[in-house]
Amino acid sequence: MNNLVEVKNLKKKYGSKDAVKGISFNIKENEILGLLGPNGSGKTTTIGMMLGLLKPSNGEILIDGKKIEENRIETLQKINFISPYIELPKKLTVKQNLIVYCRLYNVLDIKSRIEYLVEKLRLEDLLNRVTGELSSGQKNRASLAKALINNPTVLFLDEPTASLDPEIGDFVRSFLENYKKEKKISILLASHNMSEVTRLCKTVLMMKDGIIIDKGHPEELIKKHGRKNLEEVFLKLSRSNDELY
Amino acid sequence: MMSFIRIYGLFLRHFYLITRSFPRVLDLIYWPSIQITLWGFISNFFATHSTYYNNAVGVILTCAILYDFLFRTSIGFNMLFLEEIWSRNFTNLFIAPIKIGEIIISLVITALIRALIGLIPAIILTSPLFGISLLDLGVHLFLLFLSLYIFGITLGIFVSAGLLRFGPSFENIAWSTMFLLAPFGCIYYPVEILPEFFQKIAYSLPLVYIFEEARNILINQTVNYENIMNAFYFNGIYLLLAISLFYYSFGQARKKGTLINIGE
Repeated sequence: MNNLVEVKNLKKKYGSKDAVKGISFNIKENEILGLLGPNGSGKTTTIGMMLGLLKPSNGEILIDGKKIEENRIETLQKINFISPYIELPKKLTVKQNLIVYCRLYNVLDIKSRIEYLVEKLRLEDLLNRVTGELSSGQKNRASLAKALINNPTVLFLDEPTASLDPEIGDFVRSFLENYKKEKKISILLASHNMSEVTRLCKTVLMMKDGIIIDKGHPEELIKKHGRKNLEEVFLKLSRSNDELY
Repeated sequence: MMSFIRIYGLFLRHFYLITRSFPRVLDLIYWPSIQITLWGFISNFFATHSTYYNNAVGVILTCAILYDFLFRTSIGFNMLFLEEIWSRNFTNLFIAPIKIGEIIISLVITALIRALIGLIPAIILTSPLFGISLLDLGVHLFLLFLSLYIFGITLGIFVSAGLLRFGPSFENIAWSTMFLLAPFGCIYYPVEILPEFFQKIAYSLPLVYIFEEARNILINQTVNYENIMNAFYFNGIYLLLAISLFYYSFGQARKKGTLINIGE
């Protein structure tokens, strides 16, 4: 399978502090890659660079073979992002928000794209409601619709099920699994929910202090570190001072 | 190439916001109307008690309307930018494939519409209440408004560049810029009133030429095109500087990480 995302020797310095210290990894087509690490490990900085929000101090990021720094608009057209820390304009209805983002992403058939997402994400009853008045779970589904509005080839998910109840969390995970299968998109998933990562990801990167300290299939990592589950592996690696990878 | 669809998309985001909320429309109309009514009465008083203004009823009020248009345009531009920060939509906007130039153009158009929503009712009020019509400025009114509009959005772009670079902590500056420049703009008095050093500052801003010319047309019934040209000349310089600073701030924000922190 092709690498849809290539990250090569990526570094980010804030003044004298090295937030990301030369990491390299790829995301294949139709793959969900998990990005794990304690707070301050460099995950958000890495995603920020991959979204074009941050300029790398060194290294390069290629999306579908194109360097993001040199082809910013073209690559942004192919990617999208969802995070509980960013929201859609609260005063607009869900439908208005989706129309606005259809325009911003140059979606040609707005009506059918919105209808498709409304059906897939069960948004029928929410479409004409003001976004700010929705519950966390409803907002999450609306944000997910926005994140898929441009039919992205690469999707970045930062804690996509944080603050959701188990039922809605499960709906979102199942949706993502099915959508990935159907569209063969690549997904980068940053999450602190280890059962979610174990369920969705074939490969996991463990980051700490700006470097990748381990990498592998969740089951392999569990076996390699002699732990019962990924959460215990996470705790072991987070507390360890050694670079294992 | 700029995309009209993306410009329209961002315009639509703010258009929906305005049209969805009656209090927002009311807010846009309320302040200019209050301002103009207040200055209308002050204007009437000075017209009957001042030798400078006694043969030109409405000079102060006309200048108040012109200044309000400038103020609304500038604040309107800043508000649109702040709206994205307040609604935590900033990251969504900057990961969309929209060019900086497209963002600026979209906000420039929306800021004009916001300013006009507020100003048109206020201008209509002046005629029955105070017997004054802005049309007394003739065709030159358009040139003065255009000049003020350019300077208003220039200030808006300057402040938004600051917001982009420094984040919400720059918000207070956004509200105070116009008040800082107002004394040098010589809105209600001739430039000669200012101390010599302040006059030098005033002459380096387009405002003084605009307001001097508005008074000149109304009081002397003549047109000094040099004032109008000077205003456009300085506007051109400041607008270029502001746009360059906005691009520079975007680059700096990407280096320093403001675009990530500002949206969360």
